Amino acid sequence: MTLLAWRKLKNTGMTLLMGGATLMVLIPLILIFVHIVKMGLGSISLDFFIHIPKPTGEAGGGMANGMLGSAFLIALASTLGIPIGIFGAIYLSEYGGSKVSGLIRFCADVLSGIPSIITGMVAYTLLVVPMKGFSALAGAFALALIMIPIVLRTTEEQLKLVPNSLREASLALGVPLWRTSLKVTLRSAMTGVMTGILLAIARIAGETAPLLFTALGNQFWTRKLTDPIAAMPLQIFNFAISPYEDWHKLAWAGALVLVTIMFALSLTARWFGRKKGLS
Amino acid sequence: MSLETETHRWKMEKGVSGDLIFKGVTVLFAFSILVILLLMIVEMTGESLPAIRQFGWRFVSGQDWDAVQSSFGALPYIWGSVVSSILALLLATPLSVGTAILITEIVPKKVGGIVAALVELLAAIPSVIYGLWGVLVMAPWLQKTVQPFLIERFGFLPFFKGAPYGVSMLAAVFILMIMVVPIITSITKEVLLAVPQSQKEAAIALGATRWEMIRTAVLPYGKSGILGAVILGLGRAIGETMAVTMVIGNSPQISLSLLSPAYTMPSVIANEFAETTSKLHASALMEIGLILLVVTLVINALARLLLWSVTRGAKKGARL
Amino acid sequence: MNTKVKLEDLNVHFGKTHAVKAVTMDFPGNTVTAIIGPSGCGKSTVLRSINRMHDLTPGASVTGKVIHDGIDIYDRSVDPVAIRRKIGMVFQKPNPFPAMSIYDNVIAGYKLNSRVNRAEADEIVESSLKRVALWDEVKDRLRANAMELSGGQQQRLCIARTIAVKPEVILMDEPASALDPISTLKIEELIEELKEKYTIIIVTHNMQQAARVSDYTAFFYLGELIECGVTKKIFTTPEKKQTEDYITGRFG
Repeated sequence: MTLLAWRKLKNTGMTLLMGGATLMVLIPLILIFVHIVKMGLGSISLDFFIHIPKPTGEAGGGMANGMLGSAFLIALASTLGIPIGIFGAIYLSEYGGSKVSGLIRFCADVLSGIPSIITGMVAYTLLVVPMKGFSALAGAFALALIMIPIVLRTTEEQLKLVPNSLREASLALGVPLWRTSLKVTLRSAMTGVMTGILLAIARIAGETAPLLFTALGNQFWTRKLTDPIAAMPLQIFNFAISPYEDWHKLAWAGALVLVTIMFALSLTARWFGRKKGLS
Repeated sequence: MSLETETHRWKMEKGVSGDLIFKGVTVLFAFSILVILLLMIVEMTGESLPAIRQFGWRFVSGQDWDAVQSSFGALPYIWGSVVSSILALLLATPLSVGTAILITEIVPKKVGGIVAALVELLAAIPSVIYGLWGVLVMAPWLQKTVQPFLIERFGFLPFFKGAPYGVSMLAAVFILMIMVVPIITSITKEVLLAVPQSQKEAAIALGATRWEMIRTAVLPYGKSGILGAVILGLGRAIGETMAVTMVIGNSPQISLSLLSPAYTMPSVIANEFAETTSKLHASALMEIGLILLVVTLVINALARLLLWSVTRGAKKGARL
Repeated sequence: MNTKVKLEDLNVHFGKTHAVKAVTMDFPGNTVTAIIGPSGCGKSTVLRSINRMHDLTPGASVTGKVIHDGIDIYDRSVDPVAIRRKIGMVFQKPNPFPAMSIYDNVIAGYKLNSRVNRAEADEIVESSLKRVALWDEVKDRLRANAMELSGGQQQRLCIARTIAVKPEVILMDEPASALDPISTLKIEELIEELKEKYTIIIVTHNMQQAARVSDYTAFFYLGELIECGVTKKIFTTPEKKQTEDYITGRFG
């Protein structure tokens, strides 16, 4: 065999190898999807959406309180996390000196890599201990801590893409810098910023670890901010590790709903991203 | 005339003070990142102090974890975290880099886009759902097929000794592998896309095959970025909590066998922190958290520095 | 006159764009042929079709023939990898491999298709670097990173890397456009020397450069070959009006 033929063979071999690697990556993905859809569809019913879990071992019940709890936690966390992230990003792109901005950017990146369970522990010491109890508030706080660096970084990237001439045009019209930042810079970056926000929401919607010792979970409905609250990921966790077949079914149904929501969020995020691409 | 001047001045003053307030708010919120980070370090250190004082270095070398006797050594958890993460990375890295190369260099753009989108979907699945699948589907499968096979064929090796439990170190390694693949793949993809066309053309014009082009021009150019991606994956694997907790068996033992159950640092926190029996127990868990925090801080800082050095100058930064 | 490379009815499309239109021309061996024309006239596209670089571009399609030593390089039986070793290419911007030393850069291409021992490699590196007049400047730091060299040195390194493969034809795509005047001069001198051994086809937007370095000149406009011939004649008594307009600076 000539050297060239050998090189060609090696080229083909490596190509096949990389195709094989890709298959190995995609097979578990497909399996997970298939199982979630199959098991989820087999377990889901109207009850799932309108009932709270039944006591141990009893058939039926649903995750109504978990879904509402999750929605509430996400809303509360977003109220805190999104403004902080966006305004922080405005500082980085519009005001900050390169050194300070670089440091904050770096810390935000590092922060988003810290295990979420640590965030839960910190929220525990900051809120649960002083307030003498697990609460929805502490859960939302932990989730907000996770959101902030994500929203900040994606928003900043988008603000940096806004051409300077736009800012200058507004400033030259006598519009103050703060109004320019909000009404011109932020607004023209809005679709990109929305993408970032949706991705951040998708991320916290599935978070379980930081809620374990903040929101704690609740078998029933929650009436006060200072009470423990149920959340879908927590319920999926508890039901999955339980020994009861009925609870496993609930967990699968919950997984199907959660994954559907996540994909809807990320598809919407993509749609926003594309809209931006066209304009 | 005078009235107009008045109005004008009033407007201007409002503008200036508005600017000041606005800037103040943005500064405050931007610096909240630093505050959060510092707060984490300070709080975790403070809460760990009782355990640090009580046990010193014995905490990381001790193997006892006994809440009743108030004796805490974290070695089994550290062992479990290190082994599961490193083995997962060893499996995930070649798969991820291979996939990223396939996406960027081999298949047509459209196909690559579809594969990349699928891999990103994999990244969007919450950890608890991986855990659900792991404990209800993968672990029973491992127990029935993979583990008996390993025991039968390779049982003479210390790595495959014992009974097939399903939930085990092996299950944790597999689930972690599946979970870090999307991260490493998507960052590696960004890194490879940042390799200039001129570099690839240089290799092609010298008569390189596609694989030789990848080896001589693409991979060397992207190597520190790929290293950054792998380290970032390591950070994710070490901190991964729910999925691992659900499949590793949660048994604090140090065993060479991949078939035996094990325990990791985040898992013990997840399982015990809400129900601690004493202040010292809570503090010991805090110290585990502190170790985890310091390790992931270092890992992430390192990875970011590597990635920044690669993508600086390139149009688009690799971010995730 | 021996023809080294011959284009026959060469057409290049990028998607719906017809970038090169029915070009037929000869490139004589051991000469320098310059391809000139306003930007966007397809001159780089023609050049890149001579060693099948368009294979890499999604959506590009090439029809017609490029005949090298009697063989159509677009024939199905011809291996593009092998053809690119005979027809090398130097790019607009110097593109040494940044992760490699000067030494490794020079030998990078040669090593792909030949098993070399240390002594052979040393010899090839030395002779290639000498041929591009870079040896004296770098012989004490062959293990240094290639990115430490100046832009002009990097470009000569890239030429050394190309000739180390022992090609017959060297394609140059505006090789001096990113360089300072002194480095440009060195590259031009080098081209003059290289034509003894190689056939050189150079794309340039700089008409003075074409006049200085080339034996033959081809003028392209909007993807068509307008005129080609002996350089002196093209620059003094062009036959076509468009050529005259271009070289006298009336457009482009």
